Amino acid sequence: MITAERKPLDEILALVGDKKKVLVAGCDTCVAICLTGGEKEAEILASELRIKAEQDGTGAEVEHTAAIRQCEWEYLDMIADKVKDADIVVSMACGIGIQSMAEKFAPRIVVPAVNTNMLGMPQEHAVWLERCGACGECVIGETAGICPVVRCSKSLMNGPCGGSHGGKCEVTTPEKEEIDCAWALIWDRLKEQGREEMMLINRPPKNWSKSSSGGPRKMVREEAKPV
Amino acid sequence: MADAEVKTVVEGEAPEAADEAPKKPVDPDFEPEIIVFACHYCAYAAADLAGSMRLQYPSNIRMIKLPCTGKLEVIHLLKALEAGADGVYAAGCLEGECHYLKGNLWARRRINHVKDLLTEVGIEPERVEMFNMSSAMGAKFAEVATEFTERIKALGPSPVKREGVDVHAAAREALGGAAMPDDLAPSAATSEEGHAE
Repeated sequence: MITAERKPLDEILALVGDKKKVLVAGCDTCVAICLTGGEKEAEILASELRIKAEQDGTGAEVEHTAAIRQCEWEYLDMIADKVKDADIVVSMACGIGIQSMAEKFAPRIVVPAVNTNMLGMPQEHAVWLERCGACGECVIGETAGICPVVRCSKSLMNGPCGGSHGGKCEVTTPEKEEIDCAWALIWDRLKEQGREEMMLINRPPKNWSKSSSGGPRKMVREEAKPV
Repeated sequence: MADAEVKTVVEGEAPEAADEAPKKPVDPDFEPEIIVFACHYCAYAAADLAGSMRLQYPSNIRMIKLPCTGKLEVIHLLKALEAGADGVYAAGCLEGECHYLKGNLWARRRINHVKDLLTEVGIEPERVEMFNMSSAMGAKFAEVATEFTERIKALGPSPVKREGVDVHAAAREALGGAAMPDDLAPSAATSEEGHAE
């Protein structure tokens, strides 16, 4: 799923500026699952903004709502009335939801309250790990179900590199936590599967034009289009 | 028996703001409104015991009974503060003694998160706290109530205090069905009487 982290309050306040009627809009799909931007979190942020407004005497009125999914037009219709009453919408959805809101309700101002950070999965409760880079050309069929694009620090397509030691990467997270070497994981699992020869597949330079480097992507399914 | 256990009363970090020179002079007439989210299995019974023991504690605290402090969510604490509570604390079972195993540990985490949120909005994080006690610790209940009230008096009124808001009612409303009704028996430590005398 798509994960996101809330922005610091000061950044949100700067985006809201002096607008008087503020609507905090949560999204009850991906960002609700990662405990960042669902209805509960929208209510918490709205409460924070109200406390701040009361303290600063700005007179801002802050309400909250949530769409089942901010990234689909139909669900946005369901919150349209609340949006129409607001001077500004603070969206807690991922970047997709925020843009859908901004487009649907243009020219109303929609600003983000979160930073969308990855396509990940909950490794354990309240811990998410990146698993997919949406690169547009999946190779994990050859790499034992482990993505080298996002799990190798260098996105190496032919690994490991010389920085792999004892199954760990030479790079650590910003919090100085060790990272597993993706290519060590791939090797271990290929061995477990009895497919060690797949390590010898030589991959030419990856075609990144199918990823975000190729401009905005579009997908059309002709057979599914309404007639 | 309970008294023998009472040594350190106020847990967590000492309120720094209270130690430092206060920003504004303490108003001797300031009577804070404090909301206490009390667990049915321990603190609520401890309050009852404090009453039976004729222990004195400030009438500033208003209790809301919960089946477990684990029921308490971040928004419940924020709503109480938003309504104008000068201080809010949760009183749950001793760690390791929760009737539902870990509810009090969840509550402590959430309260620590609320402290972070308060810091973000510019309100003293010391206005919220988590305490642990058993149902046999009537004296500790009274001491916690007294010390927390003193802490809030030193901090002064909440910067978002509003006239004419019933803080207790607002805090209870925010909890919705999660709050338990106060005991009706006269022996129970209801917040109305507070057993302050």
